[in-house]
Formats: sequence, C-alpha cells, structure tokens
Amino acid sequence: MGRLVTGVRAWIDERFDLAGIKALAQKKRVPVHRYSYWYFLGGMTLFLFGLQVLTGALLLLYYRPGADEAFESVQFIMTQVQFGWLVRSVHSWSANLLIFMAFAHLFSVLFLKAYRKPRELTWVSGILLLFLMLGFGFSGYLLPWNTLSYFATKVGTEIPAQIPIVGRPILLFLRGGEEVTGSTLTRFYGLHVAIFPALATLLIGLHLALIQWFGMSVPPSVEARWRARPQEKKGVRFFPNFVLRELMAWYVALGLLGALAALFPWSLGVKADPFAAAPAGIKPEWYFLFMFQTLKLIPAKALGMDGEMLGILAFGVIGFAALLLPFLEREKPFNSQRWILALACLFLGYMAVMTVYGWATR
Amino acid sequence: MAVLLSGGVLVSFAKTKNSCLDCHSNLPEPLGVSAEIYSQNVHAQKGLNCTDCHGGDAESDDPEKAMSRSLGWKGKIERRQIPELCASCHADAERMKKYNPGLRVDQFQQYKTSVHGIKWARGDSKVAVCTDCHGVHDLRSPSDPRSTVHPANIATTCSHCHADAEYMKTYGIKTNQFANYQQSVHREAMAVRGDLSAPTCTTCHGNHGATPPGVANVTNVCSNCHLFQAQLFGKSPHKDAFATMGLLGCVTCHSNHAIKHPTDDMIGTSRNAVCIQCHSDGDAGFKQAQKMNEDLVTLANAIEASDRLLGQAERQGMEVSRAKLQEAGARDALLKARVTVHAFNERELKEDTDAGVAVTQQTYTAGEKALHEWKFRRVGLGLSLVMIVVTLVGLRLYIRNLEDQENKQI
Repeated sequence: MGRLVTGVRAWIDERFDLAGIKALAQKKRVPVHRYSYWYFLGGMTLFLFGLQVLTGALLLLYYRPGADEAFESVQFIMTQVQFGWLVRSVHSWSANLLIFMAFAHLFSVLFLKAYRKPRELTWVSGILLLFLMLGFGFSGYLLPWNTLSYFATKVGTEIPAQIPIVGRPILLFLRGGEEVTGSTLTRFYGLHVAIFPALATLLIGLHLALIQWFGMSVPPSVEARWRARPQEKKGVRFFPNFVLRELMAWYVALGLLGALAALFPWSLGVKADPFAAAPAGIKPEWYFLFMFQTLKLIPAKALGMDGEMLGILAFGVIGFAALLLPFLEREKPFNSQRWILALACLFLGYMAVMTVYGWATR
Repeated sequence: MAVLLSGGVLVSFAKTKNSCLDCHSNLPEPLGVSAEIYSQNVHAQKGLNCTDCHGGDAESDDPEKAMSRSLGWKGKIERRQIPELCASCHADAERMKKYNPGLRVDQFQQYKTSVHGIKWARGDSKVAVCTDCHGVHDLRSPSDPRSTVHPANIATTCSHCHADAEYMKTYGIKTNQFANYQQSVHREAMAVRGDLSAPTCTTCHGNHGATPPGVANVTNVCSNCHLFQAQLFGKSPHKDAFATMGLLGCVTCHSNHAIKHPTDDMIGTSRNAVCIQCHSDGDAGFKQAQKMNEDLVTLANAIEASDRLLGQAERQGMEVSRAKLQEAGARDALLKARVTVHAFNERELKEDTDAGVAVTQQTYTAGEKALHEWKFRRVGLGLSLVMIVVTLVGLRLYIRNLEDQENKQI
C-alpha cells in the first residue's frame, strides 16, 4: 500500500511539481497574536460554503423546480430519500450559519482593520461575496415553495419596487412577471444553482488569490508592537499547523450542524397557496430582519420623501459605503478611522437590536 | 319647464315631509314612533311613509287635516285587518315589481293555507299576523341582522308566542319547542358557527304557509339537507316498520326540536342507545345494533390511536404530513360509516369501517416508522458526535506532537 502511494505521488510530482506546491504551502506562515483566533472565521465561512455546494448538489438529484412539483419533491427528499432529511436540514442550517459566519468574518476584518492598504480589493471582493451569500439565502428560501417562503418572497420582492424609476423593472425581473408564480421559482432556481455559484466561484477564487498574494493581515497595534520589539513576532506554518487547527474548527462546525439537523430538522411547512391570505406576522429570515423591521418603523413620510423609499435608499448608501470602506479612510483633513470604528460599532449594535426586536414582535 | 318636471318627479319619488313622524316621534308609548327606528324601516327606505298604511295627509302639520277620515286616515290598524292590508301591496305583482322584482307575491296565499291563516280566517285574533313576525315601524329587510325574521332571529320571534305557556293554553300544543331547539345542533350551527343556512323554525315548518310536518312529511323535510341518510333509511327495514307503528322517521331517534349531536353510542345496546327503545336482548335487531356499534367504535379508536402516534412523531420533529393526509381518508370513512348506519345493515356498514381501519393501519405503521427513525437519528447523532470528538482529540494530540518536534528542532 505504501509503495502504491509513493508511486502515485511520484507520478503526479513529475507532471505537476507537487514538491514545489508543498514547499510553497509550507513556506506560508500565519501570524500568531492575541487576535489570531479571528483568522479562523474566513476558513469557516469557506467550509460552510463548500458544505452548501456538496449538500446542494445532492439535493439537485431529487429537487424539481416548478410550482406543481417543488414542494412535493422536497417532501420526497425529507421522507423517502435515504438521509434526505439530513442533507436538506444540513443545507438549511448551514445556510444560516454561513451568513452568520460571513457577517462575523466581515466585522472581524473591519475591527482588526485588515481592509487597509494593500488589501483593499480583498475587502471589496469580500463585501461582494457577502451580498452574494444574501442573494443565495433569498433565492434559496423560495425553492421549497411553502407558505412561508412564498409570502416572504412576495414581501421581499416588493421592497425594491419602491426605488424610483428602476424599482418596477427590478420587480418584474426578479419575479418574472407581476406576481410571484412558478416563473419566479424557476428564475430563482436558475440564480441559486447556476448564476450565483458561477459568480461565487470567481469571487472566491479572486478573494483567496488576493489573500495568498498579500498574506495574512496583522492588526495595526500588533504590527506597531512587533516593529518596536521584533523578537516578539510569532507565527506558525499555514500547512500543516494552521490547516490542522482549522480542520478542528470545521469538525466542530460539522458536529454542530449534525446536532441541529438531527434535533431540530428543518420543517417542510405547508405547500404555498397563492390565493390564501398572507399569514399574520410574516417576516423574512433573521439576516434580513433588521432591514425589514427598520422599514416597518419608518413613518409613511419622512424628510419629505416616501418613508419606505428613504429606508431603502439609506441601506443602499450603507451598502455602497461598506463596499468602498478602504477608500474612505483618511488622515487628512480629519482622521476618519475613529469615525469608521464608531459607526461600525453603532451599526453592529443596531443590527443586533433590530434583529432581536423584529424576531420578538408579531 | 324642465325645472317643473324635475320638481314633480322629486315630489312624487321622495316624500320628504312627514308630519306624522314629526308629532309621533315626540309622543310617549304606545303612540310614540322613534324617528331613528323608522328611518331603518324598509318601507321608509323605499320611499313609502305612514299614509301608505294609515292613510291621512303627511304633508300637513294641521292634525285635523293630517288625520282626516275624508283623506282616508284609518288610525290604528286592527289585528284582523293586518294580513289584508299588507297583501294590498305584497300580493300585487305589478306594484311590487317597482320595489323588488325578485320578491314573491304569494305570501298571503300561503298564509291562508297555514295553521295561523286558517285560524285567522275563522276569527281567531290571537294567531300570528304579518306584524307579529315582521315588526311594525321597526320592520327591516330579512337580510338585516336586526330584523325579527333574519334567520338567526326567527326562532326567538316564533318563541314570543310558542314558548308562552299562558298564551298557548287554548291551543293544546307544547311550548317547549324553543327551549329544546336551543339545545340542538342546528341552533349551535346557526348561533355559534354563524351558519345561516342551518335549520330554524321556518326551514321545517315553512314561513308564511307555516304548518307542522306530518308523519309522511317529516323525512321529506329532513331529507332536504340530509339526503343520503333519508335515501338509506328509505331502503332500510325501518321504513315500513316505522310506518306501520305510526312512528315518525328521523324524529323517533333524533327528536324534532332537541336534535343533539349524534354519537356512536346512539347505535348499539348501551343505556344511551336509541335501538333498545324497540329492540331487546336476543332479537336480530339487537345483535345487529351491537355489531354496528362495535364496527364504529373500532374505527374511531383506530383513528384516535393513529392520530396520537402521528402527533407524537410530529412534535418530535418528524415529517409525517403525508401520513396525516392519508389519515383524512380514514376520517372520511368514519363519516361515511355514520351515514351508512341509516341503512341499518351491519354488512354494508362493515365495508365502510373496514376500509377506514385499513387506512389507519397504514398511518399507524407510518407513525411507528417515524418514531423508530427518530430514535435511529439520535443514536446516529450520538455515534457521529463521539467520532467527531475522537477525531478532535486525535487532531489536537497530533498538532501538539508536531509543534513539540518543531520546537525541539529550533
């Protein structure tokens, strides 16, 4: 067996310079300091995304997109397919964990200032990936075609319709028509399994390439200390030390997902009935809740504008500002770093409070 | 010219001046008529006024002129005159077409065939006339929930006389119908569930042509809604037997006014069963009744057991929607069996109950499978978590070993 492995390794090495790749991997180092644990969040997000791809591919084998078949195919997966319940529940729970991890990774990068020069484009690609993950969540939520997902999509697609001029075309594009129908389902399915994954592959590839190119960022305070006392600088090899530690974190995540899937299997719900009234207190998933709750609280008219439109514009501005964050940092004419930090803390607090508030209210 | 014409049309179409009401709205009972209540009167809303029934001149504020006999003023209308007064319009098809083309015009004809009408024709002034049911100045459309003849209020209206033992003394009929009806499943449907199509007094007895159904007629009345039960009963051995004994079909087992929720115990040989009123231990009917009760109870119990198991599985997070949907078939079978009972044929009934029991066997098995799967998942989760923990410990030890060696090399 050992000789077989050695033989295969030599065959690959002859053609693909395996030794060279190994040397490069072993050369890469990960800084070790008090904030090092935050480095795991990016890998965790990647792991959860990989899990989504794997479970998603398995679901693809049985899922049928179409208003007449979608719900029944998910029901079939949950009840008839061996371990179908596990794959589907892991996919649903992992989606939520992935978005949570993506937000956690974003805020950790923000507070550790890992977006600063020369890593601006890494930040930009990361923000775009976050938006993409939210898009995955939104499009995937409709696919089971149950009451909750139907009406959540109906409410969710009505929100961009408030944007002047482009709002209605966006609504028609998203829904594939005036109402949420089977056309919307097939459209969302196409986005979820083809277009978004293609974009994600490009963006993740770019994001990882940039991380490899620039290496791991060190927070400014640690950097300054190491500049003053170089002997305190510490690091571990990315491969295998950091990778093995990352693997441990992934196993923990796997165990957590398995437990969630087994103890709290994702419910099937009731098949969507477009003619029924929307269930009272319909809400989107938790990651959109803070925006939804904000739009609910804004008065009909505010600052001389339609309240809902003002809210959408505000979130649009925040999203755009987040995208361009590395380019907004200035030292002259005033030091914007503290302002950015304060606003980030405020926004994080706001998101948390509004999410809990939205979850708690009817 | 146009102004005069339109003025003329307005004057003839809407009689806005009503001197009768101007005075009588300020008078005490019994001469007082509330202006607010009068405004809700369907006749007033259609443009009629006091003079259309009482005569006189509503344009004049002078009482002598307003209540002038020469102008046709009749004063208080006598009870005996009321049906014919109402019929003077309501039996006139041409006149009624102007107000409501869909309204029937045979009420007075029907009334004359009713018990009330027959006694009225013989000079009885105690019997119900139009205003006793429809009201006088507070007369509203039957579709108005405040109307005394709205379906939800009819029983109460009838009870004003028919529940008054003193008033009904001379007629020799019971006065417990309303009290019995209050306990019935029909009243519950109407008053609690808001089902206005549920039977009330007029559904079975008629309204203008009100008369109690006779022995031959009572199943016809019930069969208007309960068609299948009536058809099965008509083919059953009970039909001829009941007719021979002068027993009312349907009513003998279910009562007429106090129709309670039927239960499976009504069929059988227990204390609550209706069968033992005629059948005694040892006769063929007694044995049939016993078996029929057993069949129904077997199916009802099977559904309950299956439902309990599926409910438990569902609460534990298992997906059992398909089995629950299938269970509806068993409930339908029980519903059908409770109708088939009226054929009083145990073999026919058993076919229905056996079909239901077969369904519950499948759903019960599905429930057992779901609970078994639930246990399997927990065992699987436990084993997986053990393996994960072992792997984590292994990784941790490997990392420590690796880094110890690296440190030694340094």
